[in-house]
Amino acid sequence: MSQKVLMKGNEAIAEAAIIAGCRHYFGYPITPQTEIAAYMAKRMPKIGGTFLQAESEIAAINMVYGAASAGVRAMTSSSSPGISLKQEGISYIAGAELPAVIVNSQRAGPGLGGIQPGQSDYFQAVKGGGHGDYHLIVLTPASVQEMAELTVKAFDLADKYRMPVMLLTDGTIGQMMEPVSLDLKVESAVEKPWATTGTEMKREHNIITSLSLVPAELEQWNLDRYAKYAHIEENETLWEEYMTEDADVVVVAFGIAARVSKNAVNAARAEGIKVGLIRPITVWPFPNKPLAALAAKGVSMVCVELSMGQMIEDVKLATECKVPVSLCKRVGGIIPTPNEILEAIRAAKGGNEA
Amino acid sequence: MTTEYLIAGFGGQGVLFAGKVLAYKALTEDKNVSWLPSYGPEMRGGTCNCSVILGDEPVGTPIVLEPDVLVALNLPSLDRYEDSVKPGGRIYLDSGLVDREVRRSDVQVCYLPATALAGKNGIDGLANMIMIGKVLSDLNQYDIPAIEAALKKCISAKHPEMLELNFRALELGREYQE
Repeated sequence: MSQKVLMKGNEAIAEAAIIAGCRHYFGYPITPQTEIAAYMAKRMPKIGGTFLQAESEIAAINMVYGAASAGVRAMTSSSSPGISLKQEGISYIAGAELPAVIVNSQRAGPGLGGIQPGQSDYFQAVKGGGHGDYHLIVLTPASVQEMAELTVKAFDLADKYRMPVMLLTDGTIGQMMEPVSLDLKVESAVEKPWATTGTEMKREHNIITSLSLVPAELEQWNLDRYAKYAHIEENETLWEEYMTEDADVVVVAFGIAARVSKNAVNAARAEGIKVGLIRPITVWPFPNKPLAALAAKGVSMVCVELSMGQMIEDVKLATECKVPVSLCKRVGGIIPTPNEILEAIRAAKGGNEA
Repeated sequence: MTTEYLIAGFGGQGVLFAGKVLAYKALTEDKNVSWLPSYGPEMRGGTCNCSVILGDEPVGTPIVLEPDVLVALNLPSLDRYEDSVKPGGRIYLDSGLVDREVRRSDVQVCYLPATALAGKNGIDGLANMIMIGKVLSDLNQYDIPAIEAALKKCISAKHPEMLELNFRALELGREYQE
């Protein structure tokens, strides 16, 4: 194993992207993800890559669209308001079925909001975000090591399924430093015969577009894409389970909220409450199966989110509302404390006994 | 065992750097480490803090709410965080900059005029490292090879002279007697 280094989460994303073979980064500065752009600006010229600070987020995502069309690994990153600006481009990339990686280091919203961490772009990330029927694969790191590993995975999944993948993180994980091993495993490169790399007069033109003016053809295109999504839901869902075997109550949380929740779960266990944690690592596809299995055992759920309650809807769908699901939340850039989550766990436990 | 540190002061006092040295030292000792800066519309002269968690167990939340060790390099930091320190914990004050005493009686307090001491020794700007030297010494963590390795990680190779100056500051902290 390679030696561990201390890195900020944002820097780990940038270095992992380079390790994954990304040589085209397009971005526009915004707190709290600017370290990604800064790192790329420093590194890309030294390795023959392209760092381009675009004139806007919209320009940056369309540069990603162009680069991805040519078959290269391309990435952009931003934070919440900037990701909203990119939605049109993301929809086009999804429609044209191109691999690309988009990082959203979320801050509190809506609007310009604040610059402290948030998770209130959950709906936007997992339900599509732009117009039309599409999904992104959405990965949610909870440590700096996962920032690195899931960045590589994002590129691999994007190429494998020809679709945009989002790394949905937040200001805290982006700004914190932890030891990270950069001994990362990258899948071997996928052939991209569809890429617009020039015909050299030897083949037909490749056409990259999201336009289809024949309704029957466009319908079929959507159906095919959703067949692909069904395969992904079956095969690519990731989550972590922590002390769920004997649990009466399970906390569901991702990213920074899951980190804080783990402290609360440990504190509750010390009080004798049988509580566990499900940490979705992909939020699309969502880990429906483990949640449904816990609901079948009558386990109550506590959703911990840095939003007014967004993922809780997916938890309720996964559990088909068979068990009580409560919400423990803070918004505005505030992170719930372990004690606040412990209170919510105690309340859920009390609800079970009542 | 896990120790949670909160280092706080004005921007420019080396709060984040001090935390980084602690973090890198623990990394060389194969400990679990997290380092989280306050980030925001901060600027030189504004308040700044960083949470550092070092220990044998994996780190859950990286946010230090109840520090075992508070290093306060200015009065606003003491005012803000004094009550949050764990009972039995430690507070380190730059007593030349903080003109009041700690009100709590259930914590150990170290009054160290680090900024003045740095000035007297011709190492202005290294009060942060004097404080860290004292903290490490009091916690029986003053391991010279690990400290040197950490400094090498934190100080740019372009400024090798800073290695020695930082080490001298740490030594001043270690040797300080109230």
